[in-house]
Amino acid sequence: MEELAIKVENVSKEYRLGAIGGATLKGEIQSGLAKLLHKEDPNLKIGEKAHGKNERFLALDDLSFDIKKGETVGILGHNGAGKSTILKLICRVTAPTKGNIYLNGRITSMLEVGTGFHPELTGRENVYLNGAILGMSKAEIDKKFDEIVEFSEVGQFIDTPVKRYSSGMKVKLAFSVASHLDSEILIMDEVLAVGDINFQNKCINRMNKVAEKDGRTVVYVSHNMATVKSLCQRCIVLGHGKKIFEGSTEEAIAVYMQNDEMDNAVFFDTSKAKRHPKCNKRHLLQNLHLYETETNKFSYGDVVPFRIEWNSENDDERLLMKMVINGIDTTPVGVIFGGELEHKKGVNTAEYKLDTSYLVPGKYTVDVILYDQDQAGSVMFYDRATALRFDVEHGDKSENLKHWFKDWGNAVLPCIERI
Amino acid sequence: MEQKWTTIVKTENKFFDMDIKGLKNCKDLIFLFVRRTFVAKYKQTVLGPAWAIIQPFFTTVVYSVFFGNIAGLGASGVPNFIFYLSGTIVWTLFSSCLTETSHTFTGNSAILGKVYFPRLVMPISTAISQFIGFFIQFAFMLCFLVYYMITDAGVSPNLYILMTPVLLIQLAVLGMGFGMIISSLTTKYRDLAMVVSFGVSLWSYCSPVAYDMFSRSQLAPGTLLYKIYMLNPVTPSINIFRYAFLGTGEIDWMFYTISCVTTVAVALLGAVMFSKSEKTFMDTV
Repeated sequence: MEELAIKVENVSKEYRLGAIGGATLKGEIQSGLAKLLHKEDPNLKIGEKAHGKNERFLALDDLSFDIKKGETVGILGHNGAGKSTILKLICRVTAPTKGNIYLNGRITSMLEVGTGFHPELTGRENVYLNGAILGMSKAEIDKKFDEIVEFSEVGQFIDTPVKRYSSGMKVKLAFSVASHLDSEILIMDEVLAVGDINFQNKCINRMNKVAEKDGRTVVYVSHNMATVKSLCQRCIVLGHGKKIFEGSTEEAIAVYMQNDEMDNAVFFDTSKAKRHPKCNKRHLLQNLHLYETETNKFSYGDVVPFRIEWNSENDDERLLMKMVINGIDTTPVGVIFGGELEHKKGVNTAEYKLDTSYLVPGKYTVDVILYDQDQAGSVMFYDRATALRFDVEHGDKSENLKHWFKDWGNAVLPCIERI
Repeated sequence: MEQKWTTIVKTENKFFDMDIKGLKNCKDLIFLFVRRTFVAKYKQTVLGPAWAIIQPFFTTVVYSVFFGNIAGLGASGVPNFIFYLSGTIVWTLFSSCLTETSHTFTGNSAILGKVYFPRLVMPISTAISQFIGFFIQFAFMLCFLVYYMITDAGVSPNLYILMTPVLLIQLAVLGMGFGMIISSLTTKYRDLAMVVSFGVSLWSYCSPVAYDMFSRSQLAPGTLLYKIYMLNPVTPSINIFRYAFLGTGEIDWMFYTISCVTTVAVALLGAVMFSKSEKTFMDTV
């Protein structure tokens, strides 16, 4: 058996909704006295029952998982899925309502940037303070100080009060301190969001090094799929306080991204979807229908017919259509042009077919864009909506892609011909 | 292979579960918090730590003029100024320990909500940082004491001075105990935060700070009022402090013992309540 770093065992965390307690001491004493004397609570509103006074909310519901030593694990989930709650419990900031969490080793948490930075103190003083809060002794910080400052790229400002730092500088310094600690477990919640792209890459490299070379365990929470992908070996997906998936990062991201009603649909209603404010909505996409299939999972090489339906406010404007195909982590794969659409005022339809042999097996979303473009190149957006979600699966024709590697990208370009 | 665990996070319902072991490793952290409090307090002020003297100095002046001279509540036998100064600085030590630790949870929720370290570090370091201000004031008082000794103004320091560390620690622990009780309760009920500031100033009038209890016939030893008055755990300590440095007043060992017992009881209660609320205060604060 491999050694575990974190074991979460049947953990639940319950919060009370609404006002907490009687909100004042007097109210609480009144309620308490009433309970003692078996009388009716004077603070209850009519119709309320004594124990249903505050609705309860399970932020975590009987959650269990293990994290091995030296692993980098991502925790994914939509807002409110319980990601931050489980991190708080692991960091011992608050205690679980039920269940136990077992930890092996010291924990460093970076739940938010600049934890414990005091604005009046200088960068140097804050490095020591922050390090100590995170569990380092002064001697340890002394040893690592130069390394920390060098990594943070704020060496020039180290003797300036932190209140004069930009938010990026604070993040850099905070990350440097936390990532140079000798703790066995490192917890990070959305920390990389603020730094610039160079620093983000630097951080990810640092984290990878920390995990691989020093054998430290990293738990990472982020909505940024690109960083999750490059950092995590394994992911856990949470939904409504429960674990809905645990496994490889690619699969977990897919589960996370399609974790809604668009799963396995052939009819995509876009009439009520949110639109970008730039769209003027003179031509508005109503729906997209995969009318010849019963599933949105295709075999590589399939040519898939679909129909779009849109509403036009007029019949004299030129209307063009294009589609942007996105990978599951929202990185665009490429664009397909659909040419000009003839239309009359009211509801119109058009049929197209999509060739999947340009796409590496995987999960995709499609944004349909209705637009017009004049000679000078300026673009008029009528509408843009995510109208389709589908999977391309391996089939007879995907021989070349059997050993696909993520560095190749998701688009398969046409073969080149010999002359 | 047997799995080893260094920490087990358990549910919140334990009576007393404090991370005493972890506290031992936090010497540096306590030191840095003390330093932070001190440095941050006087940053961007022109006078800096001189403020620590200015406050008790003017309080003492006002007390001497209004209570000492006009109202005639001053000390017998020793100069009013040194009498009030000694009372004020001891009282300030106690009251600042109390008020500052009472903000532990509400004032530091930003840090405490994000990282774990033994929570007791916060009140301990707050209490210690109060001592820095106190020692500045104490040195200030010693200067006046020497001056009054040279001018032979009736002050007579004696060997009870050796009691000073005990007195100061006892008062700090007492203030910390009350502070922890209040801070545990304020995580849920903010009412108490309102009470603290005026409660402390009312308390100071129930203690021999602004007047000399021994020159009041109503408070003569043996009377009922005296017995009630001396139950205030701060009173015997202030009396001993004044007796040691100025040679005025009396020492009542019985009531000092009661005061010490009260201190231990309050500190234990504070620790229990603090440990109860430290686990989940983030959910309610």
